[in-house]
Amino acid sequence: MTDKNPEYDFKWCPGCGDFGVRRALEQAVARRLTDTEEPIENTVVVAGIGCSGNMVHLLEGPQPFGIHGLHGRSLPIAFGTKMARPELNVVVVAGDGDFLSIGMEHIAPQAQRNLNVTAVIMDNAVYGLTKGQSSPTSELGMVTSSTPYGKPEEGLNALKLYLTYGVSHVASAMSSKIKDLAGMVYDAMEYPGFSIVHVQSPCTEFNDTYQELKGKPREGIPGLAWDIPDSHDTRDIRAANGIVEQGGVPLGVVYQAEPKLPLEKRVEKMNANARVRTPQEMLNSYTS
Amino acid sequence: MKKTDFVIRFAGEGGQGFQTAAQGFAAANVQAGYHAQTFATFPSQITGGPTWFQVRVSTTPVLSRGDKLDVLVAFNEYAYETHKDDVSDEGVVVYDSKMLELPDDGRSLGVPFEQLGKSTGNQRAANMVVMGCLAGLMSMPQSILEDFVSKRYANVQRYGEKTIPQNIHGLTLGREEAVKSGFALGELAPPEKPDYEQLFLNGNEAISLGAAHAGLNFYAGYPISPATTILMWMQQHYVGEDRFVYQVSSEIEAINAIIGAGYSGKKSMTATAGPGFSLMSEGLGLAWMAEIPIVVCDVQRGGPATGLPTKTEQSDLYQAMHPAHGDVSLPVIAAGSVEECFYAAIAAFNWAERYQGPVILLSEHAFEGRNQNIRKPDLSKIPVENRNIYVSNNGSDSYHRYESRELGPFPVPGGPGSYVANASEHDGMGDTTHLPERHVQMTERRFGKLKLLEDGDYESDNTEAGIAVMPWGGSKGPAREAWNEIQGNGDTELSWYYTMFLNPLPSRLLEELRTKDLVIVPELNYQGQFSSILRTQGVNAESLTQYTGLPFKVGELRQRILNRIQVDAKEGALV
Repeated sequence: MTDKNPEYDFKWCPGCGDFGVRRALEQAVARRLTDTEEPIENTVVVAGIGCSGNMVHLLEGPQPFGIHGLHGRSLPIAFGTKMARPELNVVVVAGDGDFLSIGMEHIAPQAQRNLNVTAVIMDNAVYGLTKGQSSPTSELGMVTSSTPYGKPEEGLNALKLYLTYGVSHVASAMSSKIKDLAGMVYDAMEYPGFSIVHVQSPCTEFNDTYQELKGKPREGIPGLAWDIPDSHDTRDIRAANGIVEQGGVPLGVVYQAEPKLPLEKRVEKMNANARVRTPQEMLNSYTS
Repeated sequence: MKKTDFVIRFAGEGGQGFQTAAQGFAAANVQAGYHAQTFATFPSQITGGPTWFQVRVSTTPVLSRGDKLDVLVAFNEYAYETHKDDVSDEGVVVYDSKMLELPDDGRSLGVPFEQLGKSTGNQRAANMVVMGCLAGLMSMPQSILEDFVSKRYANVQRYGEKTIPQNIHGLTLGREEAVKSGFALGELAPPEKPDYEQLFLNGNEAISLGAAHAGLNFYAGYPISPATTILMWMQQHYVGEDRFVYQVSSEIEAINAIIGAGYSGKKSMTATAGPGFSLMSEGLGLAWMAEIPIVVCDVQRGGPATGLPTKTEQSDLYQAMHPAHGDVSLPVIAAGSVEECFYAAIAAFNWAERYQGPVILLSEHAFEGRNQNIRKPDLSKIPVENRNIYVSNNGSDSYHRYESRELGPFPVPGGPGSYVANASEHDGMGDTTHLPERHVQMTERRFGKLKLLEDGDYESDNTEAGIAVMPWGGSKGPAREAWNEIQGNGDTELSWYYTMFLNPLPSRLLEELRTKDLVIVPELNYQGQFSSILRTQGVNAESLTQYTGLPFKVGELRQRILNRIQVDAKEGALV
């Protein structure tokens, strides 16, 4: 909403990876309008707290509905919105600190439920908004403002975590490859179940990894990022585990489970046998 | 003269099954037209541990559990030792003579309940022998219990053909023992059968039914005593189209889930108790800030921390009003009886919709375990308020939900008026801002909305008297009974005030309270929470506190009120 609102005073730093993620998200939502005629107002963007959380205010063009909620709690809010109104397209946007540290307890339940929402995670391996503290995905030994002598914990392999928890659709991307990312976000929204698009979104201020990700091909220095080969069978969980064990940053769809019933359909099916009564009938059953 | 009131306590070990006897005895009497209230207290474990269950049957509506026992049914020696002093002078101690030996003090009656029960051919008929014995002691017509048994076990497919005759046989055996013993406690006067239909239910059931009438669409909960039975009720009775019920992974998930549902336009609720309520603090702040209608029910137990999970207390009032950091003052409605649990739940939803924000519904452990007869509500006469949803933008997208200081319609996803529900301070469309004038505007908007809730109703009686008694929540019953006794005595004049709308208080009530010399507040917490809240609003209020995990006893409370007034009179004389 930023273009229309001079009062809004939050800005991402020049070069922030989140710009690319924003553009990709806008493109994916716009494509839903053209492909499926789903109006923009049918999308609800649920954001956590952190640099990435401001995504919900910085989207340009026609506006989806938004919630800028609590640190770590975007998934529970999205669960509420989606299950109250299953016809809505619910998207979570969150950062690595928000999603994988304070909010990690919420990933497993949604995976087990196959909650039909898409989470777009912007991973810069650092807490940016509070000025450069270490996050779960910072590497062992990394010097940050909160780990001046190096981080004593090993970096979290987020993709491996998602697979272990049973997330139905897992994709990995880089913020600078906007077109690829937009396609992955679109596909994730189309997938009937819990999907996560995990995006390397560098922080130019505290952890600028652009160079590291890309490498220097001309000088023969390989980047961390590598394309998942076309031959990868995304339905094969063992192959997916192999991909995330290889190190570096794989780019592409890591895993896509054979579609199973999303939560709203499971609930519908299980409740089909429930005896539905009016409040008056319920009241009558307590008549003495 | 016939008696108007009987109090029976069953005490023993958890899992001994006497709850069924107590509950059945109460239900049978209600069916016959009496009023009844049950009371349960037990430790936090599945079986075992000292447990007691009390029934009070009366010809008039029951306000409290009853101080003195007409009958104590003791199931072990510990129970006898613990409770024998509560038996009235004319009372009787009943026990199973095969399990226990009690001194022959002329007021104990040993009956081989278990043995007699089994002799009917039904292994589980001991409860029936107990009930028959009680009926015999109280000279209660046999038909009351027989009618109850015939109705209760009418489902032949489920209970078999023999259950009813066996149980009736058990009732007769028990009655014969009572008659043989020579004990007689006097006869209960015949019931004044009310000319309206009645329900017999507990507080959590009443809350659930209230939520159902209010149009609940979305319930998320996490198991916690004493709120769990609301989650179970919802799962068992409420699921259906546009009625989503779910056991989530924590109270943090519960609060955020109902915020997401409330935002999307649905009526949503969770129920919890102290520890879970603490975990919901941050979410309640979000709901207040982003102005999302939700209802959070806190069935209070003893605290703090894990505290007393299965005992009663009224110690969450401070937290209910101010659960979150920053400037917040959440609307609070506290039920004062099983019947009020029903109406308070409806009022909570109505408030949430009307002022577009979170509402706290307070109940108490005492209501969860209390079965009581209430007048059957006429649903057609209980108004339900619905959300004022934003439907048209007249071709422009200029509607900004938060722009005005006045409350406007509520946009929902899928419709016009898209905005951001923001936990950060925000402008009219919900975008983050730190401008001082915006924080002033939005803070005043949030507090200003509370004015919409100041028209709650309240009880008042004998309003001329300068000293008032004003309990809240579950202390209402015992306080009213104490007040009735003091007024009935005629020596002292006391006014009576009561409301379930604690924040904001009904404005007219607050005006009246400010004119009082003294407002005495009986409440179950150490700090005197409600009286201190009243004092901040200019009322000269003082608490009579108790923090035992049990409700007030009427006699003790009456004496403490009288003592307090005498102190006041003495001090007045010195001036």
